[in-house]
Amino acid sequence: MTTQQLSPTMTDSKLDSDRASASLPVGRAGADPGVVMDCRIKTLHYGNFLAVRDTDIPIVPNEITSFIGPSGCGKSTVLRSLNRMNDFVNGFRFTGSVHYRGQDIYAPNVDPVAVRRSIGMVFQQPNPFAMSIFKNVAFGLKLNNFKGDYAERVEKALRGAALWDEVKDKLNTSGLSLSGGQQQRLCIARAIAVEPELLLMDEPCSALDPIATRRVEDLMLELKEKYTIAIVTHNLQQAQRVADRTAFLFVDTSAGGRTGYLIEYRPSAELFSDPREERTKAYIRGEFS
Amino acid sequence: MAHAASNSQDIPAQKSSFHKSLGEPRTLVNTGLTVLAVALSLVAMFPLFSVLYMLLVKGAALLSPSLFSELTPGAGMDGGGIGNAVVGTLVVVLIATAMALPLGFMGAVYLAEYGGETKLAVVVRFCGKVLTGLPSILAGVFAYAMVVVTTGSFSAFAGGAAMAILMVPTVMLTAESALKAVPSKMKMAAFGMGATRAQVVTQIVIPTAIPGILTGVMLALARAMGETAPLLFTALFSDYWFEGELLKPIASLSVLIYNFAGSPFEHQVALAWAASLVLVTIVLVLNIIAQVATRRPEEH
Repeated sequence: MTTQQLSPTMTDSKLDSDRASASLPVGRAGADPGVVMDCRIKTLHYGNFLAVRDTDIPIVPNEITSFIGPSGCGKSTVLRSLNRMNDFVNGFRFTGSVHYRGQDIYAPNVDPVAVRRSIGMVFQQPNPFAMSIFKNVAFGLKLNNFKGDYAERVEKALRGAALWDEVKDKLNTSGLSLSGGQQQRLCIARAIAVEPELLLMDEPCSALDPIATRRVEDLMLELKEKYTIAIVTHNLQQAQRVADRTAFLFVDTSAGGRTGYLIEYRPSAELFSDPREERTKAYIRGEFS
Repeated sequence: MAHAASNSQDIPAQKSSFHKSLGEPRTLVNTGLTVLAVALSLVAMFPLFSVLYMLLVKGAALLSPSLFSELTPGAGMDGGGIGNAVVGTLVVVLIATAMALPLGFMGAVYLAEYGGETKLAVVVRFCGKVLTGLPSILAGVFAYAMVVVTTGSFSAFAGGAAMAILMVPTVMLTAESALKAVPSKMKMAAFGMGATRAQVVTQIVIPTAIPGILTGVMLALARAMGETAPLLFTALFSDYWFEGELLKPIASLSVLIYNFAGSPFEHQVALAWAASLVLVTIVLVLNIIAQVATRRPEEH
């Protein structure tokens, strides 16, 4: 995976317009080495329901990109499109493209299992497996035929997820016996154990107390040095604290339904201090839910 | 409490005291229905308890170690026991489980994880549901035609086959429920990590569903153990110990009870009572284990 960064000046001019993709030097779709996940959604349907439209979010390597917006604006849907998890929803179809490492991951000859192996995902609801804490964290390692020291990797992952001290003496007890917040940290440990190059997180801290939230945010900042993170969050302070770039999505009710679409996608510092769009301003000020 | 007068026409005045009043119609009806529900539950449990009581009283007389170590006595003879019948029941049940478990389990995996609502799955599920109500004698007739006639002899194997026919639908449908009860979010977590469908099924879904699957197997076992009709013309009966020959007739508790219950010899009737007690105890214990030991203690 290439890790070259876009230079600051190139970044500013490239992201000057509201629709970032219109000016990013992508040339052939997805060929830009500076973008690890080039997500360009024209329309995304679940059956007859248009869930998302016109959302182009190129995710830059070694950065944290956050998706913010009111409920129902398609943040989770877009996130799930990045690792083909929407394949499991009946009636899912979309026009556009998603290029990961320059490859179209929705091409007919692509194996979604291979795509998902290199992308980690943490879900909104904690979902540990019905096995021991150790086995939960080691699951991904086993799946990837890891040949090294399992105990060491499990400990490293649990420390990273701020859970090691609480479970180090009971690694063989069931993951389901933990509290909700602990279960979520276990899921984070499970996802980071395999050190995925792209980590997708859907409101990972919503069930965590402020201390655990802070530890997970510190983890994210550490991880981005080697990996890339995309996070959906309702917590605007969190987005400001950790995200390098923020995408603000909104809901379009003009056609009668609720369709999400991208309003602005810019470096967080700019988006929060000087939003271009009215809707962004209103959302940040707290006028929408 | 002191509502404005405007309310008084639609809602009757509230009481100022919260004390229970037994005289109030609402309370009376509540108490009456509670008593009725409890009474009817006790009535519903009565047959089970009265059967158990009767078997205890009549069957305990012959309970002793020799009951299990002796062979069934011939007509008019004294002594003996039901040892061969106990062993025989266990052997037949084992054969039945060896056949029914793989079939029912794989069928359940197909229905829950791969078939979904496809035409084939719908048909299989329907057939399974219909077959749970199959009269047990028909299972015996079928096994007679398929096994006894083709192999030329009554046998433990034929008895096991008849039992398996009765067990497969229950095993399959309860295992399907257990597999479907595995939370979808757990499967999504595994898919999200790049597991193939087969890996999700074998490493996540099946291990998580084991308690429920075992419950189903035990319930199917408990039913099969008590069936007489399917064994009457498949396994027949034998007055000798099982010696490893699966293609010979074999004794069983249910057939013993059938044979001895109407016997003119008092001793054989007494043995039938004892065998009934033993059989009902085994069935009860299996049911209890299925309910208690297979619960997952740590789940919220």
